[in-house]
Amino acid sequence: MGKRVLITGLGSFWGGRMAQALEADPDVEHIIGLDVTEPQVPLERTEYVRADQSYSILSRIVKATQVDTIVHTFLVVDSTRVSGRALHETNVIGTMNLLAAAGAEESSVRHIIVKSSALVYGSSREDPAWFRESMTRVHPPRTRVERSLTEVEDYLRDFADDNPHVVVTLLRFTNVLGTDIVTPISQALEHRVAPAILGFDPLMQFVEEDDVIRCLKFVFDRQLPGVYNVAGDGRIPWSEVAHICEARVVPALPPVLTGTVADTLAALRVMDLPPELLDLLRYGRGVDNRKLKQAGFRYTYTSAGAVECFARARRLRRTIGESRPAYRYERDVEQFFRRSPAVVHRHEG
Amino acid sequence: MAGDGTVVGLPRTSGALVPLRREEWEPESELHDPRLSDVDEWGRSENIRALVRRLYDPIYRQWFRAEWDGLEKIPTEGGALIVANHAGAIPSDAPVIMHGIESELGRPVYGMADHFFKGLPLVGTMWSRGGGVAAHPENAYRLLREQGQLALVFPEGTKGPGKLYSERYRLRRFGRGGFVEIAMRAGVPVVPIAVVGAEESMPILWKSGALARILGVPYVPLTANMLMFGPLGLLAYFPSKFRLKVLDPVTFDVPPDQERYSRSRVMDHAEQIRLDLQETIYEMLRQRRSIWFG
Repeated sequence: MGKRVLITGLGSFWGGRMAQALEADPDVEHIIGLDVTEPQVPLERTEYVRADQSYSILSRIVKATQVDTIVHTFLVVDSTRVSGRALHETNVIGTMNLLAAAGAEESSVRHIIVKSSALVYGSSREDPAWFRESMTRVHPPRTRVERSLTEVEDYLRDFADDNPHVVVTLLRFTNVLGTDIVTPISQALEHRVAPAILGFDPLMQFVEEDDVIRCLKFVFDRQLPGVYNVAGDGRIPWSEVAHICEARVVPALPPVLTGTVADTLAALRVMDLPPELLDLLRYGRGVDNRKLKQAGFRYTYTSAGAVECFARARRLRRTIGESRPAYRYERDVEQFFRRSPAVVHRHEG
Repeated sequence: MAGDGTVVGLPRTSGALVPLRREEWEPESELHDPRLSDVDEWGRSENIRALVRRLYDPIYRQWFRAEWDGLEKIPTEGGALIVANHAGAIPSDAPVIMHGIESELGRPVYGMADHFFKGLPLVGTMWSRGGGVAAHPENAYRLLREQGQLALVFPEGTKGPGKLYSERYRLRRFGRGGFVEIAMRAGVPVVPIAVVGAEESMPILWKSGALARILGVPYVPLTANMLMFGPLGLLAYFPSKFRLKVLDPVTFDVPPDQERYSRSRVMDHAEQIRLDLQETIYEMLRQRRSIWFG
């Protein structure tokens, strides 16, 4: 019998990509995707279920579908996208519901993969150059997104202790750049000028978007337990990142009252730099990626390579505009392809 | 040793320093790495460092007229933790030691200092590009054990440069001996260097504790240089003669990579190194006839 997988956040960039990767795997029998929004990418056999923000229907779905693996890609790490309340609801309450469902008696779940972020390490003056998985952040979390992710990780740790029969994989991804993903950093680099804090040129680290999916698939295949940093090799100065992207660094942010100026710029709709990005633009962050490499994972891009992928895609966008073919989820069409006896399913049999 | 003894370019490939020892747990990356600068993972740029060396060389040779004794005791390969006494309101010893070893031995020195620098705009960035690294035990371990580099620390911390001129050449407490523990964990020797001359290059006559607390800095000094040159005194050193004596490397008879080491043993070693350094400094002062001419 093949694997039965539940993906949270199917409508997100990562959920959709992960579902596509799992659809290509003949060992995966069923893929169920939950989200408040519809999938953004065409999917062949993934079943989409609309959920509310905090995933209260999750336990019913787990019970009904008897999934053995949950891929939790729904954690919000970009605080510019949602309000503080929604962030808490999605990250903390959503994860609590997920873990409650997975830990219920006679639960079929044997593997949980959580896509967290290197934001849990923070970014401060007192940081080491490289964070290893066993290290904790220097200062308590200041921003909402960091606080919520720290809480999520605490719940997950308790869950792993209480449920030794379940493999728990926690992945801490560094900032992602690539061809398609849109993040506050990619937006900051999209134009001819890149913002910086006057007098600071921090060392940044990136992971390429395809490496993120390859990594999720890697831990899925291997059923790898534990905590892993996911980041490309090397750290590069912010000025060099901008240079690779053919942008000019403009130190528009003063070293003092940085947050106030950033808020003003956000209010004027010049650019939206969330507080965690301001910390990063001051001190940078490095996470040690060797634990995952020792487990056998091979990256296809370095930090600089990830920046270059973004830069190439950006050049294309400059010439031809948004290149991604627009996809719209049509319920009836999707139902037809999945349910109609007239459709010949190649992967069955 | 490379070059003609003046300014030496350090060995480089594709902009990055050649690691002196490659550990088996870090296989060489075969990946395409489209870097545009030579800034390494510590923020150090060999190009900027070479520029700094070129600009600093006259100060090193003509102003301070630095003279070394026992430079051959500094390992030419593999990791070593260099420790020295620390002095001068804005310490002049760190650049002299780094410049001396880099230009004479042709290998980089990473100067470890309080993370205070990292928070300073511009200064922090330049400090990092010029070979400065925040003094975090994890950073020291990675530099020494995994990358086999030379790291320079001042165990007195800010208490060394923050002392008054009347207390010159009297070593402060060596913290809690953390530098010994790092060397033990990294399995590298400690190489002590006694420095004479830094104290007189920028002597502190008076300092304000209250002002330092308000500004959030380690100390706010009034230096003799400020009295003579006004605000420019923050930049202008007196041309005291620098003498540096390298002591015998100290090795520790303990296995590396242990979670922790005996506290008393760490403290004993740290205190012994402090005493040796102190005694060497006294001996150098006994032989010194002039502050300016050595």
